[in-house]
Amino acid sequence: MSPLATFRHGIHPREHKEATAHLPIERMPFVERYLLPLSQHTGAPARPVVAPGDRVERGQVIAEPAGFISTTLHAPVSGRVVAIAPRPHPAGKLQPAIEIEADRLSAQRPPSGPALDPATLEGDRFVAELQRAGLVGMGGAAFPTHVKYQLPAGRRVERLLVNGCECEPFLTSDHRLMVERPEDVVRGATIAAARLGVVETVLGVEANKPDAIAALERAVDGRPAMRVVPLAVKYPQGAEKMLIQAVYGLEVPSGRLPLDVGIVVNNVATMTAIADWFDRRHPLIERVVTVAGPGVARPANLLVPVGTPVRAVLEHCGGLDAETREVVMGGPMMGMPLASLDVPVLKGTSGLLAFTEAEARLPAEYTCIKCGRCVEACPQFLNPSRLARLARGGRFEEMVGYHALDCVECGSCSFACPSGIPVVQLIRVAKAELRKAAAGAAKR
Amino acid sequence: MSAEPRLRVQPAPFLRPTVSTPGIMTDVLVALVPSLGVAWWRFGLSALLLVATATAACLATEWLLSAPPRGRSLADRTALLTGVLLGLVLPPSLPLWMAVLGGFVAIALGKLAWGGLGHNLFNPALVGRAFLQAAFPVAITTWVPPAGPLALYRGNFAWPFLSAPADATTAATPLGQMKFAGVAAPLGDLLHGGIAGSLGETSALAALVGLAWLLLRRACDWRIPAATLLAAAGLAELIHRLSPDRHPGAAFTLLSGGLMFGAVFMATDPVTSPLSPRGAWIFGAGIGVLVVLIRFWGGLPEGVMYAILLMNAATPLIDRALQPRAFGYGRVRAAGGGG
Repeated sequence: MSPLATFRHGIHPREHKEATAHLPIERMPFVERYLLPLSQHTGAPARPVVAPGDRVERGQVIAEPAGFISTTLHAPVSGRVVAIAPRPHPAGKLQPAIEIEADRLSAQRPPSGPALDPATLEGDRFVAELQRAGLVGMGGAAFPTHVKYQLPAGRRVERLLVNGCECEPFLTSDHRLMVERPEDVVRGATIAAARLGVVETVLGVEANKPDAIAALERAVDGRPAMRVVPLAVKYPQGAEKMLIQAVYGLEVPSGRLPLDVGIVVNNVATMTAIADWFDRRHPLIERVVTVAGPGVARPANLLVPVGTPVRAVLEHCGGLDAETREVVMGGPMMGMPLASLDVPVLKGTSGLLAFTEAEARLPAEYTCIKCGRCVEACPQFLNPSRLARLARGGRFEEMVGYHALDCVECGSCSFACPSGIPVVQLIRVAKAELRKAAAGAAKR
Repeated sequence: MSAEPRLRVQPAPFLRPTVSTPGIMTDVLVALVPSLGVAWWRFGLSALLLVATATAACLATEWLLSAPPRGRSLADRTALLTGVLLGLVLPPSLPLWMAVLGGFVAIALGKLAWGGLGHNLFNPALVGRAFLQAAFPVAITTWVPPAGPLALYRGNFAWPFLSAPADATTAATPLGQMKFAGVAAPLGDLLHGGIAGSLGETSALAALVGLAWLLLRRACDWRIPAATLLAAAGLAELIHRLSPDRHPGAAFTLLSGGLMFGAVFMATDPVTSPLSPRGAWIFGAGIGVLVVLIRFWGGLPEGVMYAILLMNAATPLIDRALQPRAFGYGRVRAAGGGG
């Protein structure tokens, strides 16, 4: 057997997927209230088109994109808009959100309609459809999907890479989607590939999901120019640039996009969402969320309406252990720490993880012994130890020369550091300072 | 949900490291057990006394002089390791008071004067050893024959600056015999340590067992000992082929003196060796070459200590020259071009 394709460097944390990898996706019951932040994607917040008191139907548009890099928001349930006001947001501060009270008597029929044949859509109409569906990258960054399909004039895309790596420990939402809905993953990929006019579609899946690989292989069987590529189990295999390097041996140049090497990368969940929209006219109003971690009583893979409060999701899973100290939205390497359980599940929420004191305790910190473990972990081939030292000293400008801005913040360095130095955290702060300084300079 | 847990908000990542700096130091200490065992087997109680004294001196110096809060830096276990390393590179009959002085210098001048752990340019244990070599050239090159596990050399108990440190019976190290008499010791003796020499260096086999443990635990960069030993063996063998009468070959070079111990335990100190894999190769090869040059043509029979210290000094330069090439700065290749 040939060794599995992968990128260079990276880390091997324990996978922790055994608690949920075998659990079928179950539907989260409807709750009383839903919170839909206008900003749950990269770019401009959506603009509300409903008012407090309005009756809304499940799947109805409640906010429209405010610009090209922005997307549509739909009501996840039938009910009544009770407020459009600042509400707790997973990112920390209060942010404008549409609050909907679910109609208890409604049958909550899913939105539907006659299938739309994407082949009939001319030019920009396909892109507009993706934006109407409210699609975002569902791997975590929540970048509006339609933007990737608006190709600059003269630009060709040769390859579509469907990202089924799910390299973050604990998370199994993409895994279950590939096992349970492989035809829809392939259907979405077929639609996307046809639109982009690619010569090849590759579905990249880490080898720790043999059932997903088998399911996808059955689904792609007989389709020309589409194949499943098992990849080595290594973090951050699912980072866009790492995935491209693993599959094609290409390095996306610093500061550039996959598009610049003729590749579009999309998450598997985004593929099923594309299939849902064109085949069933079902917009992005729900998603699969893995609920796991030592603080969760009953780990699960849940199909959760976007906007469901985290508290309700955790309660559905048996509540939190009293020893819980950390609740994380997303994966344990790049997720967001939650300060409150009143924040809602977003379109980009792949997981909700609860950690107890044993996991949350910060490691004892020692001086850097220059062991080089961070250097051998960094998938971007940076020198994290030096960057952290410069960041500690406030020498942010010098860090640019050491390519601090190329850091993808995967956290491999912090995980690898035996001295417990918060390496990526220091680099992140420095990057924020550098951006602030750059913005200040631009204003002047 | 009953009581709402109080949530802590710390930035990602939320997975904690699985290795720790004290853990790595413990691995090295465990790797030193075979060498320490052979030292005791060959040089008896003197071996244990010297190692214990050097270690106590290192710990006391760290406790006294390190940055406040007092004693906190002992937790990283590096002072402990420096003490054991220093003890094992001392000659068996060295006066204990000199070991105390060596331990003090190792920690105070070898580490703390630079700003503490991670900031020192030179391997602290070797700084202590180099100081003793300069201050007490006779005592540090006074070798005694192995005398079994109960041996206690009189030299250990000499009073500071008063009595002559030399023991009644002295012996020459294999390297000394080679350099000054042209006699090569049997390779078997070099392996199991039935020879004169510093405490920990007489058995190359013990150091190799330690290396196996370090590699198993991934506690050291394998490239450094590999490069050091390859370079030393290769160069020695080449010179040996050119003048077989004057210089020993690869096997003698590898197994004699402190080369094996130094390559495994001293050169691999992460603080004083380069960060990058390519840097490790250069660093190790430099040590190997320098050892052979000093042994063959220098004034001293042995050169491992100076070879490592010299390459320690070159480490910042190596690191600067070999910054990793960041991802995405290489040759630009577009997928469209069929690449």
